[in-house]
Amino acid sequence: MQDAIAVAGLTKRYGGLTAVDDVSFTVATGEFFGILGPNGAGKTTTLEMIEGLRQPDGGSVTLLGEQPSLRRRSLLMRIGVQLQGSAFFERLTAREQLSTVASLYGIGDSRVDEMLNVVGLGDKGADRVEKLSGGQRQRLAIASALVHDPEVVFLDEPTAALDPQARRNLWDLLQGLSDSGRTVVLTTHYLDEAEALCDRVAIMDRGRILELDSPAALVRQLNAPLRVSIAPQELSAEQAAALPGVDSVRLDAGALILTTRQPEVVLSRLAAEGRLAGLQVHGASLEDVFLDLTGREFRS
Amino acid sequence: MSRVRPPAVSLAMAMAKGFWRDRAAVFFAVIFPLMFLLLFGTLFSDGGTSRTSALQVGDVPLLDDAPPGARGVIAETIDVRRSDDLAAALGEIRQGDADAAVVQHGDSVQLYYSQADPVLASTVRGTFEAIVSSANIGASGQPPQYALEVETVEDETLSPVQYLTPGLLGWAIASGATFGAATSLLQWRTTGLLRRLRLAPVPAASVVTSRVGVSLGIALFQTAVFLATGMLVFGLELTGWWWLAFPLLIAGTLAFLSLGLLAGAVARTQEAAVAIANMVVLPMAFLSGSFFPLDGAPAWIRTVSQVLPLRHLNDGMLDVMVRGQGPTAVVLPLAVLLAFATVLTAVAALFFRWDT
Ligand SMILES: Nc1ncnc2c1ncn2[C@@H]1O[C@H](COP(=O)(O)OP(=O)(O)OP(=O)(O)O)[C@@H](O)[C@H]1O
Ligand SMILES: [Mg+2]
Repeated sequence: MQDAIAVAGLTKRYGGLTAVDDVSFTVATGEFFGILGPNGAGKTTTLEMIEGLRQPDGGSVTLLGEQPSLRRRSLLMRIGVQLQGSAFFERLTAREQLSTVASLYGIGDSRVDEMLNVVGLGDKGADRVEKLSGGQRQRLAIASALVHDPEVVFLDEPTAALDPQARRNLWDLLQGLSDSGRTVVLTTHYLDEAEALCDRVAIMDRGRILELDSPAALVRQLNAPLRVSIAPQELSAEQAAALPGVDSVRLDAGALILTTRQPEVVLSRLAAEGRLAGLQVHGASLEDVFLDLTGREFRS
Repeated sequence: MSRVRPPAVSLAMAMAKGFWRDRAAVFFAVIFPLMFLLLFGTLFSDGGTSRTSALQVGDVPLLDDAPPGARGVIAETIDVRRSDDLAAALGEIRQGDADAAVVQHGDSVQLYYSQADPVLASTVRGTFEAIVSSANIGASGQPPQYALEVETVEDETLSPVQYLTPGLLGWAIASGATFGAATSLLQWRTTGLLRRLRLAPVPAASVVTSRVGVSLGIALFQTAVFLATGMLVFGLELTGWWWLAFPLLIAGTLAFLSLGLLAGAVARTQEAAVAIANMVVLPMAFLSGSFFPLDGAPAWIRTVSQVLPLRHLNDGMLDVMVRGQGPTAVVLPLAVLLAFATVLTAVAALFFRWDT
């Protein structure tokens, strides 16, 4: 099948700063694609060049088989965009807001209430946007991006500034998007979000894509040791270090942490000795992948 | 299938609702100028006809013994009160409570008045000189040779409210359109709404049309409120071609919209946009005679004011609304306002940015 998006050698400079540096990737139709990176990585700039909002200094973009252009009405009808930060008309209610956006796409009000329900704002239709919470505003912005049922949806940090509960609620909504065959491109600061939602993730830093694969493959490829933690009174650090299969031992915040590349050996030995109190097992995460790639902690 | 409004219509409705729900915007566009109309209209409602108040100290045969006919004329122009004490009377003049004091010793009439207000001072002198000279003529026993017939011109119709309504309306339209365009452009740009609209399949012309439509609607609303208040409260009388004010206010709205667009395009923050608009609109309103006639202003100010679009809007509206002039009076103002709109829009386009 044709790729929904193909980007090759995409470059954008602002004065001396290369905000996006020779970026290439493709997004398959129906794929949930994530761009993960810290502040200033170039995520928004990349997205906006694909949408046609910004002119690249180099490279090419193909969006749904066309060059993105703000003048091509047919193309604009097929894409939905939620820009970073929510852009609303002042002093309108959620329903009026959505209804105004819908009319720009030639869509009637019946779809408006349906969309409000889809994003869980069914009972907030009469509230002014200024009164909505951060999460509700994000939902409304997503509804505005979806109201014309686009094939490709761009979401720029849809869960920014939300509390963990609100983020998870939004994830359910976002997961539902690609189920209906839509292509979704999402940027995020959150590693767990990329891990939970995306089929593939591009890890971006300082304008470049460092790695691109499925979250699971990225972690696997890292071949990082597993962390097994148990309650500190179960074993002394010396005893733990002497166990077969244990690479290193660390006492940390009330837990004894063993790192191992042979979890089956370590876990069966601990089980045999009956020393499993407080057991937790952590695999490597995208956090470790980022650390490995950049030598820096990921700070969103 | 529910009905779908054309994009320009729904954008205009969104903006109109946003305006109507913004109490501060409605206040400054409609209520604030209206307060000026009520205030000035009331302050100047007896404009020019106020009587001089004079204190008569002791007996003043000049006034007391005036023939009945003359006494009526005197009473029309002077409000005479009696006082026994010259010092107290002079004190009242200093306080501004009385305009003049008059004392008579034999045939000599002594007049005291303050020079603080030169117009009032010359009125007081002139009034008493006239009384004295007509008393002299009366004393000579000769019939007067010359008689003065007076008739006022134009001023007959241009009472204060007649002058104030078009001028204040011009100011209201100018500030409504300028601030509306400047602040909404800023808000749309800083929140990213402008870029969101670019990604919607609507031509820029629809967006512009909707903004122009909303501003015209606001201008018409201001006009209706002003005319209703002027007529119902102050007895404003419109002259025959008054409806030519509509093409004028449409052209004026376009000119000030483009001024607001320029302010919004140049400014980086909402505060800066408001400050720029204020710095332009308020002085322009003063120099264009929105608050008071420029007749008394130095000639250079009257010349300079010719480059201001509001001056032409005011002149045109005065001519057709209250001075009884016809279509020829709106040709120059329309041309000037449309030229302003064109030039300012072109300049605003140079500074225009889609995002911050
Ligand atoms: N209009 C602009 N002019 C100049 N520099 C810009 C402009 N837009 C972005 N930049 C710079 O380009 C770099 C990438 O910015 P971009 O907004 O794409 O990052 P981002 O990954 O979206 O960051 P965030 O997570 O904070 O949203 C940053 O260093 C930013 O300062
Ligand atoms: Mg960004």
